[in-house]
Amino acid sequence: MTVSQTTFRSALLDPSEAVPEGLRDGADAPAGRRFSVYRNNVVVSLTEALQVAFPLVYKLLGGQTFAKLAAVYVREHPPSAPLMMHYGDALPDFLEQFKPLAHIGYLPDCARLDLALRASYHAADAPALAAEELQCAPKVLLEKTFALAPSTRILRSRWPLHDIWRVNFEADAPKSRAVAQDVLITRPEFDPAPHLLPSGAATWLEGLASGQTFGTAHDAAVADFADFDLAQALTLALQTRALTDDKTKDH
Amino acid sequence: MLDNSPRYDHLPAAPGVGYKPQHFAELRADPGPVKWIEVHAENYMGDGGRPLAQLRALSEQFAVSVHGVGLSIGGEGALDAEHLARLKKLVGWAQPASFSEHLAWSTHGAEFLNDLLPLPYTNATLTRVAEHINQVQSTLGCQMLLENPSSYLAFAESTWSETEFLTELVKRTGCGLLLDVNNVFISATNLGLSARAYIEAFPLHAVGEIHVGGHDEETDDHGAPLLIDSHGKPVVDPVWALLDITLAKSGARPVLVEWDTDVPDWPTLRSEAERAARALSPVQ
Repeated sequence: MTVSQTTFRSALLDPSEAVPEGLRDGADAPAGRRFSVYRNNVVVSLTEALQVAFPLVYKLLGGQTFAKLAAVYVREHPPSAPLMMHYGDALPDFLEQFKPLAHIGYLPDCARLDLALRASYHAADAPALAAEELQCAPKVLLEKTFALAPSTRILRSRWPLHDIWRVNFEADAPKSRAVAQDVLITRPEFDPAPHLLPSGAATWLEGLASGQTFGTAHDAAVADFADFDLAQALTLALQTRALTDDKTKDH
Repeated sequence: MLDNSPRYDHLPAAPGVGYKPQHFAELRADPGPVKWIEVHAENYMGDGGRPLAQLRALSEQFAVSVHGVGLSIGGEGALDAEHLARLKKLVGWAQPASFSEHLAWSTHGAEFLNDLLPLPYTNATLTRVAEHINQVQSTLGCQMLLENPSSYLAFAESTWSETEFLTELVKRTGCGLLLDVNNVFISATNLGLSARAYIEAFPLHAVGEIHVGGHDEETDDHGAPLLIDSHGKPVVDPVWALLDITLAKSGARPVLVEWDTDVPDWPTLRSEAERAARALSPVQ
């Protein structure tokens, strides 16, 4: 009686399946509950990985609801590679379709924020853009291109995503406002942090990221958002080290 | 000229600890008897940030063992070429004194199951695992160490004992072995075998590293003890005793204390390393 890894794997992820014949205890009796050690290890280790990876989703749901969500997710979406640092990248889209939590409309975007913070944490290092790079004649500046740091992420949300993050992780944070919010994530050294992006700044930064010149990205932002304030967006980008000097590390 | 030569070509026969980021500052300032650290390869495969910066800093002070948990050397399918390339990249820049992996499988098709799953000890498994070890060693350009598993069950189809199986793998591939005496204790208890007899039969000449760690105690369907390899507690006395028996036969070896869940504060882990140093002192 051989037990293939296909048979083993199938019983591992489906607790309603019988323990494969051919697995024994030390007295040559059927393995029984001993097989559950592996079943338990897989589900518990993947659930714990998700819990660490999605602190905002975990905080919003609480341990019991999160565990129920994870029990479904880990079986439908086991990791596709041994890199657990990327595990859960399908969770936002999964949540969009997950009916038991459909009443929390902002949950998928919260999962996207958790994912972006983690991606930023592991992104390549790069030197920040020095403010002197911007000290040139306006005409010259408008023709320059700037890359986003590899650890920079931009999220657009129709929910007050930044407020939701603050309420859950900052003491004395004000109540969430009923507005859409774009979020900038940067990693000045080792610890990524989210920042609220002012109107139009996401368009401007995404323009720079796609290789548009300073001037073109500015015009695109103003076209979409008449109140786009370049000085304010630029100050935030420099203060948070969202831009890099090293264009070869653009992604 | 940059010196790209490995800082250590083997692990020192001294205590080491499984590295946890929360111990970074205290480990460096107050290492006690710790001469080397072990990191899980997969946690250092990102592109940058704190993990890589910490590993670079630690490798200035300690010999480093890179311990893979995701290669699935016992998998029925081919080794994951992308993962092997990531390992080669890590071993290339971190220049560890040792690379080790497990006698286990964890990947099936496109799925990674995040656990060390057991293998039947058959001729077919032997052939496949030997091929995979050869592939790893030729890709990385170094000898690897293979770790004995902790077993909760056995396969009726097995035709080799675990020690015979590992001995034969060493013969066929020239790999070294990582002897986890906590795993020996767990497997022996769970399968009703003698841990001492296992150590007697083990090819100790091939051992490049020893692990000790903590485990949980449960029971199976028949009320028999079922030990779980949790790495979440202090090492128990019978495992320290098994380490003494092993070292008396093998001579001094690098001994690692593993503590991966419910990670304690640094002084607690350091005192486990001091206990390992006391075990090593009679044979040094």
